[in-house]
Amino acid sequence: MTAVTPNRLLIELPVADFAVPGMRCAGCISKLESGLALQPGIVNARVNFTAKRVSVTHLPEMTMPQLLDAISGVGFEAVAISENSGDADNKEAKRLLKAMAVAGFAMMNIMLLSVSVWSGATGVTRDLFHWLSALIALPTIAYSGQPFFRSAWSALRKGRTNMDVPISIGVTITTALSLYETFTHGPHAYFDGVVMLLFFLLTGRWLDAVMRDRARDGVSALLKQTAAGAMVLQPGGKTAWIEAKALEPDMVMLVAAGERLAADGIVTEGISSFDLSLLTGETTAQSVVVGSVVHAGTLNLDAPVHVHVTAAGADTAIADIARLMEQASQGKSLYVRVADRAARLYAPAVHTLAALSFLGWMVAGAGWHESLLVAVAVLIITCPCALGLAVPAAQIVVAGALMRAGILVKDGSALERLAEVDLAMFDKTGTLTMGRPTPTNLVDASSEQKSVLLALARASRHPLSEGIRRALEGEGVAAAKIEQVREVAGAGVYATADGRAVSLGRPDTEISHDGLASELQIEGQPSFAAHFSDQLRPHAAATLAELQALGLTSSIISGDRAESVGPVARALGITAQTSMLPQEKLDAIARQKAAGHKVLMVGDGLNDGPALAAGYASIAPASASDAGQNAADVVFMGDALTPVATAIRAARRTQHIVRQNFILAIGYNVLAVPLAIAGYVTPLIAAAAMSGSSLVVVANALRLKNAAK
Amino acid sequence: MTGLALLIPVALGLGLLGLAGFFWSIKSGQFDDADGAALRILIDEEDEL
Repeated sequence: MTAVTPNRLLIELPVADFAVPGMRCAGCISKLESGLALQPGIVNARVNFTAKRVSVTHLPEMTMPQLLDAISGVGFEAVAISENSGDADNKEAKRLLKAMAVAGFAMMNIMLLSVSVWSGATGVTRDLFHWLSALIALPTIAYSGQPFFRSAWSALRKGRTNMDVPISIGVTITTALSLYETFTHGPHAYFDGVVMLLFFLLTGRWLDAVMRDRARDGVSALLKQTAAGAMVLQPGGKTAWIEAKALEPDMVMLVAAGERLAADGIVTEGISSFDLSLLTGETTAQSVVVGSVVHAGTLNLDAPVHVHVTAAGADTAIADIARLMEQASQGKSLYVRVADRAARLYAPAVHTLAALSFLGWMVAGAGWHESLLVAVAVLIITCPCALGLAVPAAQIVVAGALMRAGILVKDGSALERLAEVDLAMFDKTGTLTMGRPTPTNLVDASSEQKSVLLALARASRHPLSEGIRRALEGEGVAAAKIEQVREVAGAGVYATADGRAVSLGRPDTEISHDGLASELQIEGQPSFAAHFSDQLRPHAAATLAELQALGLTSSIISGDRAESVGPVARALGITAQTSMLPQEKLDAIARQKAAGHKVLMVGDGLNDGPALAAGYASIAPASASDAGQNAADVVFMGDALTPVATAIRAARRTQHIVRQNFILAIGYNVLAVPLAIAGYVTPLIAAAAMSGSSLVVVANALRLKNAAK
Repeated sequence: MTGLALLIPVALGLGLLGLAGFFWSIKSGQFDDADGAALRILIDEEDEL
């Protein structure tokens, strides 16, 4: 492969995106960008630190594994990100930001003109200022009002109403009347009020969109892209990396130890064991021989095997689960958000009030013009300006606080639903437990053994080695210097340290009584066998106790066998159902739902996907399968289970603040509406009431800053 | 009034200038990586070459 100098490039080169969760500082940015640019085949790398991503421009002949190797060569762990569909949403936030900027600009300038009108400008000056205001306001309303007009129109067409309907009606009528006033040299024009209303409402919308984007970026940085593809044997004995979606039946995949399968198939060569926990929840590895049927998403543990593909893409066992998930998630889309529920009550009340004041003044003998002015004042005063901010302001503050605590909330509706759950169902493997083998007896090893152990473990990607590596790195052990490292698939890692032969691998004798073990041999020393088990997450018991205190009863629904679920259930003191298929988990949730419960589902595996989608709210750990993370409302980082309780507590506090905000916003209206109906409201009072109530609502929301503690 | 005739267009023009600048900065991706921009200032380019 020849390195090409960037300035000679004429053709468009492919760009690949990678998530690099490990970047933490300025040094990491420069290390990645300048380090990658020096690697052969890579033209240029650009880091986005906020999203923890790097975009690599590379030569067309570079394959995914080569690029990943290049990044790990610079010292970072990376995962490929497939071209995601998130761009459309990102654009929405940008469009809202632009609309908000325009409204903000217009608001300030119109306010400048309005202040002179309020302070007593009359005659030609006032008319001129009104005309100028109209000149600024009309294009602004046409541009910045679009999100509301569009949403209101689509709701009306379906025969429904939402928050945007009263907003659109209010904005249109007020603008029309202000224009009429301007034409007829009237004293009051409400252009400032209308534009200010749009500005505040857009702020709320934009906050909502930003929150969703941030969480989505966070989640997509975590997605592991379970087997984005496979090495496929080509005619003529060559191999090539083929992406998962391009795999076809009758291809032969070479699956290395530590790799996940990208398609269903039959083993044609090699003997190994497979970890099915992602698919079924079962923790015991299943041994496979020539002729065994293996499924996409399962992990090859021991030795490389050849797999003859029988089904790929939409035909795999995973795809069946995906279909179940899709059906299950339909219930969630029926949920109506708090703001829209409020609007359903609020909108008719406001419109009736405005119509009644119009009629009342007409009956009382005022002209239609004066009556209409009063009605518009009522509309402007009651327009749900603070209401539009009440929910998103609180939710974005709490989402930010939770994010700092390592909890990603997908969107505002997730927070609302999370606050209402009253029953928790947990998956076992990977949710209550870590879902990965953790060494249990490392304390018995001498410090020399530990440092050799770490050095050897780092040389292998076997799950047991990863478990050792994680545990020892956490202890701060320094790795010994080893040379001549070689890994023998299915047997272990061999090397020399200080001239002595050392190895880490499968125990010679069958010392493993139950479960997994791995043996360290150092020449001239007795061997050390490390035992492994899948341990409970830290603080699991404390979290369940906290949930109990919050009024949530917990239980386990697991796909694993009763023998492995039993000890966990006993240790935590909760009931458990075992050996459940994805469909049965769904049924269990449906039964509780029928009994009137709002179920919180906490799970991680592919087999939990449908249940996560069906739960009233759902939480998944960051170690979960992609399907699990996509289906869950909340994703939490780290090993401890505590975030489950933290998230629920924060969600409930948010609902509390949101309710307060509603009361504050409506309270303002209750004070101002009689003034409006009596005809005393001028544009000045309307502007003061509107900005005042918005500020109070935002200030109240800021109290949630420490909600994640 | 003559003062107004001058000052109002000036005020609006300056505001529009700011708005145009903001639009341009969104479009050119300056807000895409706010945290990264804060850190890049610390990178010592000389050492990398």
